[in-house]
Amino acid sequence: MTRVEAPEKVTGTAKYAFEYPVPDAVYGYPVLAAIASGRLRAFDAAGALAMPGVLAVLGGATTRPFGTKNFELALFTSDHITYRGQLLGVVVADTLENARAAAAAVRVGYEPEPHDAVLRADHPRLYRPEKINPALPADTGYGDVAAALAAAAARVDVTYTTPVQHNNPMEPHAAIAAWDDADALTIWDSTQGPSADRDTIAATLGLPPEQVRVISPHVGGGFGSKGTTRPHAIMAALAAREAGRPVKVALTRQQMFTLTGHRTPTIQRLELGATADGRLTAVAHDVIEHTAVRTEFAEQTAACTRVMYGTPAMRTTHRLVRLNVPAPSWMRAPGETPGMYALESAMDELAVALGMDPVELRIRNDPAAEPDSGLPFSSRNLVACLREGAGRFGWAGRDPRPGVRRRGRWLAGTGVAASTYPARRRPSTATADALDGGYVVRIAAADIGTGARTALGKIAASVLDVAPARVRVELGDSALPAAPLAGGSMGTASWGSAVAAACEALLKDGSPGRADTAADVAEDSGFARHSFGAQFAEVLVDPQTGEVRVPRLLGVFAAGRIIDASLARSQFIGGMTMGLGMALMEETAVDASAGCFVGLDLAQYHIATCADVQDLDAFWIDEQDAHLWPGGGKGIGEIGITGTAAAIGNAVYHATGRRVRDLPITPAKLLRPE
Amino acid sequence: MENTEISQVTVIVNGEPRAVEVDNRMSVLDLLRERLGLTGSKKGCDHGQCGACTVLIGGRRANSCLALAVAHDGADIRTVEGLADGAGLHPLQEAFVRHDAFQCGYCTPGQLCSAAGMLAEAGPSAVTEDLTADPPLTPGEIHERMSGNLCRCGAYVNIVKAIMAVSAPDGGPS
Amino acid sequence: MRAFSYVRAGSPAEAVSQYRPGAAYLGGGTNLVDLMRLGVAAPDHVVDVTRAVDGSIGEGDNGELRVGAGVRNSDLANHPVVRERYPMLARAVLTGASGQIRNMATVGGNLLQRTRCPYFQDVMMPCNKRQPGSGCQATEPGAETGNMAILGHSPFCVATHPSDMAVALTALGARVRVAGPDGGRWVEMPGLHRLPDGRPDLDTVLTPGELITEVELPPPPRGRSTYRKVRERASFAFALVSLAAVLDIGKDGRVRDCRLALGGVAHAPWRAHAAERAALSLPASRETFARAADEELRSARPLPGTEYKVTLARNLIVSVLEELSP
Repeated sequence: MTRVEAPEKVTGTAKYAFEYPVPDAVYGYPVLAAIASGRLRAFDAAGALAMPGVLAVLGGATTRPFGTKNFELALFTSDHITYRGQLLGVVVADTLENARAAAAAVRVGYEPEPHDAVLRADHPRLYRPEKINPALPADTGYGDVAAALAAAAARVDVTYTTPVQHNNPMEPHAAIAAWDDADALTIWDSTQGPSADRDTIAATLGLPPEQVRVISPHVGGGFGSKGTTRPHAIMAALAAREAGRPVKVALTRQQMFTLTGHRTPTIQRLELGATADGRLTAVAHDVIEHTAVRTEFAEQTAACTRVMYGTPAMRTTHRLVRLNVPAPSWMRAPGETPGMYALESAMDELAVALGMDPVELRIRNDPAAEPDSGLPFSSRNLVACLREGAGRFGWAGRDPRPGVRRRGRWLAGTGVAASTYPARRRPSTATADALDGGYVVRIAAADIGTGARTALGKIAASVLDVAPARVRVELGDSALPAAPLAGGSMGTASWGSAVAAACEALLKDGSPGRADTAADVAEDSGFARHSFGAQFAEVLVDPQTGEVRVPRLLGVFAAGRIIDASLARSQFIGGMTMGLGMALMEETAVDASAGCFVGLDLAQYHIATCADVQDLDAFWIDEQDAHLWPGGGKGIGEIGITGTAAAIGNAVYHATGRRVRDLPITPAKLLRPE
Repeated sequence: MENTEISQVTVIVNGEPRAVEVDNRMSVLDLLRERLGLTGSKKGCDHGQCGACTVLIGGRRANSCLALAVAHDGADIRTVEGLADGAGLHPLQEAFVRHDAFQCGYCTPGQLCSAAGMLAEAGPSAVTEDLTADPPLTPGEIHERMSGNLCRCGAYVNIVKAIMAVSAPDGGPS
Repeated sequence: MRAFSYVRAGSPAEAVSQYRPGAAYLGGGTNLVDLMRLGVAAPDHVVDVTRAVDGSIGEGDNGELRVGAGVRNSDLANHPVVRERYPMLARAVLTGASGQIRNMATVGGNLLQRTRCPYFQDVMMPCNKRQPGSGCQATEPGAETGNMAILGHSPFCVATHPSDMAVALTALGARVRVAGPDGGRWVEMPGLHRLPDGRPDLDTVLTPGELITEVELPPPPRGRSTYRKVRERASFAFALVSLAAVLDIGKDGRVRDCRLALGGVAHAPWRAHAAERAALSLPASRETFARAADEELRSARPLPGTEYKVTLARNLIVSVLEELSP
């Protein structure tokens, strides 16, 4: 089915946050910290205020009380500078050019302190967090890992590292904030969750939620970075209140690198032990990551290992260190993305050590129940994905010897890796009404490019037993029935449950249908719910230059019932395309001496271009699962990225005989002496 | 005293002359978005690194974020709002819808204008083997020629299919 | 961005007369507007020279090719004479930037584009190129050095020149016509772009107010030629290292002529004279090419993190010269 909002998007009439014609609006431009650590000693706006068109300047450590402990959002209340690029103030002016020019004229005085922005495995301040995202234990384990490793016939002990990565949605974070005479705030924001955004903004500003409205029907991508309220929204609201007029703000691409979250770098040690015939006897996955000085976020990097393979002994640990970096946060498939890269690469190394086919190794260790918890899987079809993928890819008869296939000046190789992502849902409300011969469904969900608007319309139409064209879906507005945010691949399941229930209620007696799935969702337990997949990559590596190209990338997924084939395929290949970038090029460099991220733009943070993608496709297998929400889908927005980097890395090994254990796999790394 | 930092310019946008007084610092992109109410063209990076701002200037694709309005007095500018002739959709717009060549939609106007410009560009690209002949528009050529338009949602596979459908409706070279 | 006055010049003389300290010449804007928005460039007077200089390509009486500085990059790469007789130049231009930028950028502007060093681009970082004497963050231990120079750098600056077109013109031995307050002159390539030594603030030998009006290419060299660019993704990225090469082999199998220019390795496009001399008159073989490359890279001094560029430059020279051999 084509997307409902397709005409608007291809004609340029779909409006994004910065684009609403709010009358009388002026522009806000941020002032950022130029040091990595220390105290703010002076914030002199005199020069800026004297410049053409300037209406107001906010900043420094004013003492306005805030209803939040969130350091990132308690703007302009603290003199504590904890990372370079921290938001210190905002200049409001009549034009974009005037605001920007004046921001450069603000004189900021600092008292620098020593900074530390570099993650190291032996960092003295590593600690164990109480919980890791979303609410999992930091450490788990069972069995005697040490003994099992010592006795293992085959052993792998490797450390994989991944760099700082940035979500970089194409639409920069932006907001227009407007107060009315009754001190009610309307904010057109670019957000993955209007309800949550409204609640956070209200709480931050000390307002009752009813006094704030967030409008966000179209969002230009988020990938996690718009899942929590970002400082630009609070900044817009404060600036608008100060200026007495609506204020528009849009972060520059450079500013996004420090104000919208990022994925932590990881140092991951994988120890695998197995019998001679390839049965795992021990799996240990120890993770080291960073967080910010004033904000803790612990990426659940080893959580995937608790789910993937059967083993009698397992250990997973997470350790964090607070560094002078911006607060890390969700980036597409937090946890599974870096964790599966390391696990699936280590599994490949084990296959090599055993002389065993890597597909067979995974099939041999497919568990009957979730290894860590012992819970039964609601459904699990990794094996089917591996088999179907191997068939489609032409895996049979693969010569496992590395470094022996040539195509002209290129070495050729293939690799495989599994993918996984949890399938959960959150409580949501929704309404369904009959209107003008059709129906309207209302829910404060968000369509950030997933096709939610279209999928929810299909779900409603299916329950109402009408053509989808007769159902209108209204979303993207906190004035609509409260809904959880687009994230964690939970959107369709969470909102779909509520939409379906509301439609059922409407059908019962024709009066407007109201649904609240909280009670229903509370019953979701007793099963391990995950989607799985298998990804296959073919790579070419030029041994003279280190260039890597990916002529073929294939994914086969098992994610429950697929609501819409076209939308699903786009999500899978979108995730895999992001995984390709992760494997070969994505990295935000850290300058140890300046204590900050460096290369803050899209010419230096490389994402995949159209030329990097060749034959890239995704398929899925029909998966029936009686233990999911009535719509039967598991969520598909994130699983695509989780297996790609390992599949490509494993293929690079197969092509060259070189194992690069540090992403991205760049020419520089392939050219270094081994 | 005359302010030398602002200028009167007339740009012809989607066939319509628009006379504006602009701050010399204003880009064509901001002129379109902030002054002319044409928010179809998008700001993704403001430094020519993503292509979301692509429009046609004098019929040729260009990054409007790097084009100063004051330097484009008299220029003929076509944006996504003016791609279609009248009430229908341009064949590229139709193809993008049919092939699901977008997700969040933010890079889409730039992709469309870039594709329109690209299809009118004869001549070789960085992947063309024989420079002396105009190459057929294979998928590989399209992938390279569209690389100035980043898509974080990763819709490239479908974008190329959509463009192929327009450039070679009968199937074309592969 | 600093506010500025704007004029369009109709001729080189008019452009030069409009120049004064604090002014800047505007071509396609693809570099200058970028730098102005970063605050790296802050002219208060912009002189638009797109119509002041010649925008055409024509053949001279002696087989040379004259390219107006106002010619857009895409038109240069697409010109039938360039495609036919200077394919290396066409390839170099086509690998640069994106289709949109190639349509906007002028030949003159391409030559004068400034380094993409991240510290140069960040006005809050110390940079001797922006502010002589302020320091060079790239040489601090722990700095991001992955794309820095391996040849010809100084303790004051380790940045590289980003232009692909300039590398090809350097290999082809082009020269550049310059108009200025003190009259006109020709500047040879290599020779337009400087090495940083103690004055990294000076990218080229041009003096303030001088304006490039034309690029002249000598008749194309005999032999086969190509441009190869190695980068981190398949398109739309600056070179890690690139190579423009011409190879002419005699009937006796010996190297009759060899031109090599490297990009991504220095503050200027790097003409590999030592390698060329080392290959001349020797049998055209992998051995010869490898020895020639080693000869050139003997003087390479990579910063920590940039050693791979020495290997890459060496491999490129060997691989490309082999590709150009029958």
